[in-house]
Amino acid sequence: MSSSDKPISAPPAERRLTIAKAMSEAIGQEMERDSSIILLGEDIGRMGGVFGTTTGLFDQFGKDRVKDTPISETAFIGAAVGMAAGGMRPIVELMFVDFFGVCMDAIYNLAAKQSYFSGGKVSCPMVLMTSVGGGYGDAGQHSQCLYATFGHLPGMKVVMPSNAHDAKGLMLSAIRDDNPVIFMFHKALQGMGWLGTIAGSITDTPDDDYVVPIGKANIVREGRDVTLVGLGATVHHGLEAATRLADASIEAEVIDLRTIAPLDRQTIIQSVSKTGRLLVVDDDYLSFGVGAEVIASVCETGAGPLKCPPQRIAHPDIPIPFSPVLEHFVLPDAKKIEQAVLSMMKDEK
Amino acid sequence: MSSNENKRLWMYANMVKSRHFEDLIKPAYFEGKSPVFNMAKGPIPGEMHLSDGQEPCAVGICAHLREDDVVTATHRPHHIAIAKGVDINAMTAEIFGKKGGLAGGRGGHMHLFDPAVNFSCSGIIAQGLGPAVGAAMAAKLSGSDAVAVAFLGEGAANQGAFHEALNLASVWKAPVVFVIEDNSYGISVSKSDCTAVERNAVRAISYDMPGHHVAKNDPDAISEIAGEAIRYARNGQGPSLIEIETSRLEGHFMGDPEGYRPDGEVDRLRELDPIPKYRARLLADGFEEADLESAEQDARNIVERAFSFARENQYPEPEEAYDHVFV
Ligand SMILES: Cc1ncc(C[n+]2csc(CCOP(=O)(O)OP(=O)(O)O)c2C)c(N)n1
Ligand SMILES: [Mg+2]
Repeated sequence: MSSSDKPISAPPAERRLTIAKAMSEAIGQEMERDSSIILLGEDIGRMGGVFGTTTGLFDQFGKDRVKDTPISETAFIGAAVGMAAGGMRPIVELMFVDFFGVCMDAIYNLAAKQSYFSGGKVSCPMVLMTSVGGGYGDAGQHSQCLYATFGHLPGMKVVMPSNAHDAKGLMLSAIRDDNPVIFMFHKALQGMGWLGTIAGSITDTPDDDYVVPIGKANIVREGRDVTLVGLGATVHHGLEAATRLADASIEAEVIDLRTIAPLDRQTIIQSVSKTGRLLVVDDDYLSFGVGAEVIASVCETGAGPLKCPPQRIAHPDIPIPFSPVLEHFVLPDAKKIEQAVLSMMKDEK
Repeated sequence: MSSNENKRLWMYANMVKSRHFEDLIKPAYFEGKSPVFNMAKGPIPGEMHLSDGQEPCAVGICAHLREDDVVTATHRPHHIAIAKGVDINAMTAEIFGKKGGLAGGRGGHMHLFDPAVNFSCSGIIAQGLGPAVGAAMAAKLSGSDAVAVAFLGEGAANQGAFHEALNLASVWKAPVVFVIEDNSYGISVSKSDCTAVERNAVRAISYDMPGHHVAKNDPDAISEIAGEAIRYARNGQGPSLIEIETSRLEGHFMGDPEGYRPDGEVDRLRELDPIPKYRARLLADGFEEADLESAEQDARNIVERAFSFARENQYPEPEEAYDHVFV
């Protein structure tokens, strides 16, 4: 930019945060406001969380409220449910969603059923935060997403931000919710120095208190020709594809789900009613997945008329491979989205 | 050389091999990751957990193992894989994500499987304990005197699977040995901050099995106890637990800033590096300098050949991602 085309008035000061910073800021602000909040997890104390979700909170709130746990997930997640029933609001981190296998019972059979089994008398205001996603060569036990697994099981809300603004607002909603909320954060968006970060995830994030409601999707780009539904990293892939498609005069509408459960079917159906085309993109395993649920929701309502069969892109039904040549071959990306849309546009009814 | 001398030289050579392996991993891992460290980049992406300092645990135990004995290891597996005799060319190629890797590049460094020598490892804490009990029972029920060994970190001893596996092994009198490599940390959390007992060896009492504590990160001391525990298992007397006080000289994974370490800890630990210490002891015990040098040279050559093999090996075809989901 030459000096002559500099804007005359400076733009309003932005607070561009990473998702990691936005999460720890939200947790810290809420802990100041609400003394019933306690933080539990592995390496969330002095280290501030392997993914930077609790940076500075140990120093600020001390070891009684920010507790490093043993590698005993069944025990500390079970304990969090007990704390929640006892009037506290635990926020628990379990580093990678891949690790949930060792403690799944405490989540889907315990936390998720407290309310139902007590006829609504016992609540479970607990946030369980965990990282998801691959693309950086960490192989099949450190790269999974498992959106559908958690979305499938009743009694839990499941959210995942695609940017820092939403991360803070969703975290505040999650903490204030009286039900268990699984808060997923995507490693490709987290903003950790040692992991590559998709730039679009770093956004202006207000300092003050605001919420992004659970159960509300967000239209992040408007368009008339095709609806692209994504979440987390695939929102950014969708936006990148949409930019390229615009060069071919195809206007894609991009929806960021933000919440997996409960799914905002309304926003999707409205969009598809306008565009007549639907492509769902996520990086979880394909079958029985987010794509299947979104497409079924649209088909069930007879939204449309659909101009071509709805499509989905996801990770195939195989474990996530280590070798980058294998992993990048199977992961969704902007190019795959672009190609899918181009062929959908040809595939007119 | 006596068989004991042979064993000691073997242990030394395998520690050197393992350390040299990690020493070649380090620059290879940082290729493409500087000046900006990004785990996704370079010929070896993903997490990398090095075993520097923990070599005595691997050699002291594996010195007593046969090919048909089963070993399950952890996310920090290289030293154990090497001591168990895993095909080092295929192991290195696996870590580089190549077609000639143990699993054709599907698994990577935390998922090294070599059924030819009955070795496997995993990225989930304490996952290897159940399979070790099962492997031990498979041997026992088929009339073999093979045993199984499950390695774990001290952090993993707080995992439910540890306690369940020890109880089950004891109930079944399974020929299995549980080996805790106590390097004082689980990532950033020190053992004392998250473990109810000072010594994990005492936990064996709850499961009515012998619990051994080895205070020295020393191959001879470990080998002595390992010999006893493995004989005990082979003779059909049942499981035991060995806890070894070892040290991790590197970060939890490569790129770990290690802010949780007290000042000067790594320097202190490096002064106690078990490999030069063992070398000095062997010399004091009458080993010839020339024999040690030739063992070192052989070990390094093997590792260097493995890295050349891995680098020259081709990548899998992308479509190969779909193979082997089922057998
Ligand atoms: C079930 C499960 N929980 C958490 C983790 C994350 N994690 C990986 S290594 C590690 C620490 C393990 O400590 P330790 O068992 O002492 O082994 P070390 O790394 O010291 O060799 C943790 C918590 C995991 N891989 N699996
Ligand atoms: Mg440890």
